[in-house]
Amino acid sequence: MNKDMKILVVDDFSTMRRIIKNLLRDLGFNNTHEADDGNTALPMLQSGHYDFLVTDWNMPGMQGIDLLRAVRADPNMATLPVLLVTAESKKDQIVMAAEAGVNGYIVKPFTAATLEEKIKKIFERIEASK
Amino acid sequence: MSDNSNVDDKSLSLAKELVVALEANESDKANHLISAIAEHNDAGIFKEVGKITRGLHDKLVSFESDLGVSDIDESEIHDAKLRLSYVIEKTSEAADQTLTIIESFMPSIDRQGKESESLINEWQKFTGKELSADEFRCLAKRVTDYLNESNALNADYKAGLNEIIVAQGFQDITGQIIKKVINLVQEVEDSLVRVIKCTGGEKSTRKITSSIDELEGPVVPSLKTNEFVSNQDEVDDLLSSLGF
Repeated sequence: MNKDMKILVVDDFSTMRRIIKNLLRDLGFNNTHEADDGNTALPMLQSGHYDFLVTDWNMPGMQGIDLLRAVRADPNMATLPVLLVTAESKKDQIVMAAEAGVNGYIVKPFTAATLEEKIKKIFERIEASK
Repeated sequence: MSDNSNVDDKSLSLAKELVVALEANESDKANHLISAIAEHNDAGIFKEVGKITRGLHDKLVSFESDLGVSDIDESEIHDAKLRLSYVIEKTSEAADQTLTIIESFMPSIDRQGKESESLINEWQKFTGKELSADEFRCLAKRVTDYLNESNALNADYKAGLNEIIVAQGFQDITGQIIKKVINLVQEVEDSLVRVIKCTGGEKSTRKITSSIDELEGPVVPSLKTNEFVSNQDEVDDLLSSLGF
């Protein structure tokens, strides 16, 4: 796993963005950027050559699930690893995210260990499939 | 409604008189008749307002009847109370967690602060060649102990600070819950506005639609059903059943 990879953290709550950025920094990832909803995130992703997207689901403007779908529909970003970190814990929604092509799903509130484990798993899978 | 036939007869006769007046070009009389017809209809509107007001009142007081005034029902008001209680619970949990960690750090920070101050003094004596060989051996041991303790504490501090960071997640969870309650309050307000509109003589036909988000938001434990997962393990199980 490349610790210098460029990561975009998308959440409408700035506190949550700070929490995720701090946890990522603790895991050795320092190249993190922020957006407050899908509408802000999408152009950043299109032009910014990101390696990893961590997004909330429920946001004003464009929601996380729609951002995920937009990413998957764009040939340049279709394989971008996406981790949803959300308070949405309805089974139907988890299934919906899986169908939309999410790489990992974390329910809030979560621990630093969960975040680390899911990120590791996502990149192990990607390595294995290469 | 037994009044209905009378009402219709009266409307009809007023309308006929209006036609006659208009044909005779008697504009004063015609205007008077139009007002009479309008007043006549207002009686119906007031009756309707009375019904809606009664309906809303019954709903707010007893939460039992559903007269179609709005989509708010007993369970939503009850849910709002549980949601707000959960906000209190989460904020107090986060504050307790943060304070507990900070308090646990205090004794070692104090101890290390005093020890480093004392070591600086001793070290100055050593560099000034004021220490005997025995005193230096004693100082060397204290320096070693201090460095070992610092090293161990550093890991504790880092772990504790990370726990404090994670505890701040309450702001996001409680913020989402409070937004939902605000939406419910908005809905109640919309219903009341509708009543006011009716009393103003303007019968609103707009259906009050629920402004509550389609998304469920954070799960409040006391409102949880088996449609929801309760922890990360259940998410993982569900995803692995889907081939993840």
